[in-house]
Amino acid sequence: MHEWALAEAVIAAAQQIAEEEKLKEVREVTIKVGELQGVEKDILQFALSQLKPANFKNANFHITRAKTTLKCRACGNTWLFNEKKLGKDTVEAIHFVPEVAHTYIKCPKCGSPDFEITEGRGIWLESIKGVR
Amino acid sequence: MVDPRTTIINERLKRISRIIAVSSGKGGVGKSLVATALALTLSRSGCKVGLFDLDFTSPSTHLILGVKDAQPKEDKGIIPPVVNSLTYMSLIYYSHDQAAPLRGIDTSNALIELLAVTQWGELDFLIIDMPPGIGDAVLDLIRLVKRIEFLIVTTPSLLAFETVRKQVALLQSLKVPIIGIVENMKMTNAANVQDETAKLGLKFLAEIPYDAKVEEAIGDETKLLGTVLAKKIKQLVASNAL
Ligand SMILES: Nc1ncnc2c1ncn2[C@@H]1O[C@H](COP(=O)(O)OP(=O)(O)O)[C@@H](O)[C@H]1O
Ligand SMILES: [Mg+2]
Ligand SMILES: [Zn+2]
Repeated sequence: MHEWALAEAVIAAAQQIAEEEKLKEVREVTIKVGELQGVEKDILQFALSQLKPANFKNANFHITRAKTTLKCRACGNTWLFNEKKLGKDTVEAIHFVPEVAHTYIKCPKCGSPDFEITEGRGIWLESIKGVR
Repeated sequence: MVDPRTTIINERLKRISRIIAVSSGKGGVGKSLVATALALTLSRSGCKVGLFDLDFTSPSTHLILGVKDAQPKEDKGIIPPVVNSLTYMSLIYYSHDQAAPLRGIDTSNALIELLAVTQWGELDFLIIDMPPGIGDAVLDLIRLVKRIEFLIVTTPSLLAFETVRKQVALLQSLKVPIIGIVENMKMTNAANVQDETAKLGLKFLAEIPYDAKVEEAIGDETKLLGTVLAKKIKQLVASNAL
């Protein structure tokens, strides 16, 4: 369950922001997870609920999924990542380190592995709300 | 929008006493061999040691160690396998030793990902095998790893040393600790690297002769530890100059 390690990072980062913004209590944390990394929403949600520090007691974690857009640097083609076209081992490798996508995925138009992950790579903290 | 991963990195590394990046301005000077020999020697001397191959586009330490089919375990993060007594991490577990053509932003992201999720446990030393130059990997380690120290490798060549001089200038200007300089693949007894090292105010750690046995020792820990290169590293470790 490597989602647990990511959940710890989310809590640590949210805690840091809460301190910077002098929030006494955190009520809502919005997290975006990219399809490429394929983070399991339920596991992440569970890990977050287990890791809640005291000032997060009443916090809700909203997890939204973002599609992954890839853009070829060689020919300019843009396409959506689709894990169904890949084997189980490959999907798992990309789950741990999304950048190895460059080992397994080629531009469907020109065959180049030199593409940009323009959106939906991994995990992002979108916003945090609370009371001062 | 905030990338949460960087916040947890120093927490992940907090049970490691020393974190040493084996680095150089140039490629092909022996960073990977020195890093691996150093990690193995420290481990043989009774320390708990990790080795992290950060040369993502040209990884080599798995070949030097002869890593076969080791894979990390997943438990609240990634737990690297123990290979030849080293807690060993490399991107090859995920690229399956195929080409990983990565731009700067990708190497940076992969580095942050692995630092954020790898559970090293308690270690006396984490040795990091670096890519050449003062690009993304060096800048990211300086930015993200509070306790990073550098050990610099050069050859007697002016072309190698001048790149090292630039790296040293960068590290010194940012007040990043430099343990010292190792001169590798020496074929004469010219003392210029030693002299220049002193002028930079740095410790000259070791001179390692060119040793044809090094190539035969790749993939074989016992042979590697029998090379002159490893013996010089052993002397360095024993001298407490680290
Ligand atoms: N002391 C040495 N004697 C002989 N060959 C060496 C020595 N040190 C390194 N080499 C060889 O030089 C090459 C580059 O070494 P490597 O460790 O891969 O360098 P780097 O990591 O700096 O690119 C390899 O082929 C290695 O076997
Ligand atoms: Mg190398
Ligand atoms: Zn293309």
